[in-house]
Formats: sequence, C-alpha cells, structure tokens
Amino acid sequence: MFNMEDTYMKKTYKIDVDCANCANKMEEAAKKTAGVKNAVVNFMTLKMNVEFEEGADCKEVMKEVLSNCKKVESDCEIFL
Amino acid sequence: MSSKQKKNLIRIIISLILLVGNHFIRTDDPLIRFVLYMIPYFIVGYDILYKALLSIKNRESFDENFLMAVATVGAVALGEYQEGVEVMLFYQIGEWFQSYAVGRSRKNIAALMDIRPDYANLEKNGEIEQVDPDEVEVGDIIVVKVGERIPIDGIVTDGETSLNTAALTGESRPRDVREGDEVISGCINLTSLIRIRTTKEFGESTVSKVLDLIENATSNKSKSEDFISKFARYYTPIVCYCALALAIIPPLVSRYLLHGDFNFYRWIFRALTFLVISCPCALVISIPLTFFAGIGGASRAGVLIKGSNYLEALSKTKYVAFDKTGTVTLGIFEVTTIHNSGFSKEELLEYAAYAEAYSNHPIGRSIVREYGKEIDNERIRSIREIAGKGIEALIDDKKILIGNEKLMADHNITVEECHDEGTIVHLATDGSYKGHIHIGDKIKDTAEQAISDLKNNGVKKTVMLTGDEKKTAESVAAKLKIDEVFSQLLPQDKVSIVEKLLKQKDEKETLVFVGDGINDAPVIALADVGIAMGSLGSDAAIEAADVVLMDDDPIKIAKAIKISRKCMAIVYENIIFAIAVKIITLILSALGIAQMWLAIFADVGVMVIAVINAIRALGVKDL
Repeated sequence: MFNMEDTYMKKTYKIDVDCANCANKMEEAAKKTAGVKNAVVNFMTLKMNVEFEEGADCKEVMKEVLSNCKKVESDCEIFL
Repeated sequence: MSSKQKKNLIRIIISLILLVGNHFIRTDDPLIRFVLYMIPYFIVGYDILYKALLSIKNRESFDENFLMAVATVGAVALGEYQEGVEVMLFYQIGEWFQSYAVGRSRKNIAALMDIRPDYANLEKNGEIEQVDPDEVEVGDIIVVKVGERIPIDGIVTDGETSLNTAALTGESRPRDVREGDEVISGCINLTSLIRIRTTKEFGESTVSKVLDLIENATSNKSKSEDFISKFARYYTPIVCYCALALAIIPPLVSRYLLHGDFNFYRWIFRALTFLVISCPCALVISIPLTFFAGIGGASRAGVLIKGSNYLEALSKTKYVAFDKTGTVTLGIFEVTTIHNSGFSKEELLEYAAYAEAYSNHPIGRSIVREYGKEIDNERIRSIREIAGKGIEALIDDKKILIGNEKLMADHNITVEECHDEGTIVHLATDGSYKGHIHIGDKIKDTAEQAISDLKNNGVKKTVMLTGDEKKTAESVAAKLKIDEVFSQLLPQDKVSIVEKLLKQKDEKETLVFVGDGINDAPVIALADVGIAMGSLGSDAAIEAADVVLMDDDPIKIAKAIKISRKCMAIVYENIIFAIAVKIITLILSALGIAQMWLAIFADVGVMVIAVINAIRALGVKDL
C-alpha cells in the first residue's frame, strides 16, 4: 500500500571519495545531470542512491553522472 | 589505512625529508636552488595543482585546491620557495589527518553494527558444507553451531538452545528456543547445536533487512545536515574570496595610499593561513557522523531509526498517540480473574478447560492454556458448539454449559453481574451457575513505566486510540495514566483523530504515533514520526514506520527520544564549537596573530575533536 519504490527507478552505487565536502559536491553534480531525478550521496557508507527519471537509461545516465562528478572532484570514483 | 592514504603519507614524508635536506645544500646557482625546491613541491602538491587546473578548465567556482595552488605558486614567484613548499606540505598533512581520522571512525562505527553473517552451514545428504548465505534456498536445512550467528530466518527442526538476540533487540536476556520455534537471523546460538529449516532467502531475512535499513538511514538527511551543506556551499567561496582580498588589498593600500612598503609576501602568507583555517570539513563530516553514530547506537538498543530526519524530529516529541492492542498490551488473550460460586476456582477452570479442549477460538485456547495440565480425553463424553454463544459439553457425568450471557439466558440460568472489563465466560453445571472467568488482554509489564518515562521527558500529552470497547479502553488508560482515550474507533477514525491532533500542535512539535496492526499503517505514515512494533507488527506497519522497536517494548519509545536528544545535543555542540573556533581563528589570522600551526589546529584539531565528540552518540546504554 505504501510501497513507493515500485513506481520509481532507484539504484545504489558504491563510491569512493576522500572528504565529506567533496561528497556533497558529488551529490550536487549528480543531481544536475540530465535523467537524474534525485541523488543522495552517503559519505558514511560511501554509497550513492540515484533516482532516475522515468524512461531514463540508467547506464548512460550514470556514465554522465560519473563524468560530471569527476569535473568537480577529480579524485572521486563511482563503481558502476 | 587505505592505499591512497598510504601513498599520500609516503609523498608527505619524502617531500619533508627533501625539504629538510635542502637546508644542508649550499648552492649559489639560482637554477639549482629552484629545482631543489620544486622537486618536493611537485611530489607533495601535484594533485592539488592538477585539480586546480581542472577547476579552471571546467569553470568551477573557487575551491580550496585552486587557492592553495594560486597561493603557493605566488610564493614561489616571489622567490619564497621554502614557504611555498611548506604551505603545500602543511595543507597536505592536514588533509591526510582528516582523511585518516574520518576513515577510522567510520570503520569503527560500521564494525559495531556489522552483524552480517559470512557463511551458512548447509546440510545436504548428511554432509555439512560451508556456503555463502545467498546460496541457501528456502526449505534447506542449515546447521548453527554454538557461538555462530543464525544466518537466515527459519524454524528449528532439531535441537534446543538459548539465543542471544541482543544485536537485534537490545535485550540481553537469552531467549530459549526448541523444535518448532521460529528463529530470526542475527541471533547468536549460545548453548547447543540446532538445525534450522529456512523459511526465507538471505536477502529477505531479518538481518539483511535490518542492515539495509541502517545503512540507508543516513541517506534521509536531517534539516541540520541540509543546513550544513548549504552553509558549506556559500561559506567556502566566501572565505576564498576573502583570502584573495586579504592577499591583494592590504599590500596595495599600503603601497599606494599609505606609501608604505609593498610587503606582498606577508599578506599572502596571512591569506594562506586564512585558507587553511577555512576548510568546512569539521562541520561537514561531524554532523552526519553524529547521526550515523546515533542511529547505530539506537539500533544496538533495539530501536531502528530509518533516517537522520526522524532522529531529529524525535528529539522534539511533545505528543504521543498509541494504539492499544499489541502496543501497550500484549495482544494475547489471557485469563485475568476467576469468580467462582459453588465450585472452587480450580474446579471451575478444570471444567472450563475440558469443555474448551477442542476449541480453536482464542478465548477458548486461553482457558486451556491457563489450565496448563494434560487433558484426559477419556473424561470428555461429548462436546457441542453453539455458534456465537458457547459450548455444551458432557464431562465425566456433568452437563457443562460454558459461554456468554445469551447461552445462560437460553437455559434460564441467572448470571452474576460483574463490573470488570474484558470478555466474560460463564459456566454452569447441571443447570446451576458456578461462576465466570475473565479473559483480558494483559497490559505489558513496562507499559506504565513507559508512559511515565515519556512524561518525564517533556511529552505534553499521551493519547490512546483503539477499536476496543469503551470500558476496556478506559480502564487500561486509567491504569497507565494516559491523558486521553478514544475508543470504538474504525481505522478511518484513527486517521481523522490524528489529523486533528496534527493541526492543533505547534509546527516545531512532533507528534509520534505508535502502533502495530495493518490498520495502523495509514496513521503511522501520517504522523510526524510513526513507530511500529517490530516483532508483533504487521509488515505493512513496519514498512510505513519511521522507527521500529525490535522487541515491542513500549519503554523504548522514551529511550528513542532520549537517544535523539543526546544526538541532537552533540550536533549543536559540534556546530557551535566548530563555527566559533573557525571565526575566531579567521579573525586572528587576518590580523596576523594566528600562525600556521594555529591554522592547522583550527582545521584538523577541530575536526578531530568534533569527530570524537560525534562518536559519543554511540553510547546509549545509560539513557
């Protein structure tokens, strides 16, 4: 009845990044990427939860997310 | 230490050695001197320079890498090679400590919460094989030895043992299980080997679900965390521009307006100090870390909190609404009192139990359970169920009538009036009244304490919402000293009452609803913070809830509030402490009073202190 997960596409990716502020920058960069509805970076568990727009191709979008993140924080990594 | 940290540490050490070594090399050749300093400079700072170039190329706003690069290149351009290298070195040492301290504390907290089983002992054709828990299928038999963690939910098929459920429920008393009992994954087997037939896949088992929940909890960010992210977003560029202004404006003013000296170098060094202080990492890291530790600590106490935002909201709890059955009461029917007339209490219970021996009704079962002795089938001559009324039975040579008032009225038997709440079962033998048995839902042992704990922790009002009849509801509420009771409610009535309560309260106050049933799910979702009973609760309620009490103990509601308050206190301490130290040292460095070592303390020291303070949130035992 309250299971909203089914209507959205959500995926979790492992990431690697050095500092908490850099993680925030990654989150900003990921949110701005086309095809991403929302993104949350969790520095404590080194994970990125991405919610995709309907009909978006996750793999293509994530490539774009990674390249945008690399722009703001060249040291970061997303394990796709 | 991660491989990256190791690599950076080696870089720092090598360039430090080279820098010290340069003091012993005497040379007058400017080119050789330049090269001698540039080697350690590039070793320690190449990544900063690279990142700075990238941020220019990508037209990113000022960040600390960019300014560190500008500043050190500036120092080198001014011929101050040694200072240039030193500043880069200092900065990298600070960054290294930061990454190390954060990495350590993150691992420590994660380790405390790690209850993930690594393997399962799968039994196949009489042989035991260690496999990945993911490979075990529903219905397989697994063996759990003493000291091992149960990897997958299931039913005990063989053996008898005690389980330590502390990792999941926070309850330290061991739980005894035997053949036929359900066991949940994550518990540790304490006394003897058991065999379990799995009822779920590993991914669907309790331990996996709990871990998922905790790991994702910090992704639901609280307002404090949002505040800090926003703060950092404005703060960093502002400080960077200030540093730039500090490096350029005072020397120009001094040279052209005051006709003084043109001491570029001194001001650049101040600007650098300013920059080192400016890093917002102490704030940015310690706040989520505090929430992470708080959620971790709570989970060890058997309270699962699904997000930092709920932890924050819990700390402002002013109203608590309860469901009755299963929340403040056990949700199990039990014989509460026996009123006898003509029979002894034991006789009354004995005949009642014999008459109800084959009953599947929860009330009938509760009488048989209360009797507790073996039923001798020989004594039962006949049993006839009268739907909606009761049972007519022939036990020994006695004709037993057991049931409600209607049944007694049908046989013209006058019943004794009774004013206690709960369900009443009357009993008559051979046409004469022998007494009645009360069946009630027992109030949880800790319920009264739980309500008074809430009151002592600043809860203004407690409300009970129940579908039960008025008399029962009011008597339970009176015993527990609950302020207001709404009884005989349909599920939609609960929703409308909670909606009304939500409208009445102040926006900064939190309304918590605690429930367990399927029909509580909408209310749990509606309340500011919805709490569900984890082991009794329906899946729908647990899914909708923001907080889950693993052992169904209502006393944990107040505990959760206390944990949240402690956590929020630490959050505020860290915010105030870090911002205050930063602002003071920023001013001191602009005035030239604070030297580089103080700047590094303001950066790394504050962060380490804030991180240590954050870890305090893990300690929830004495709350």
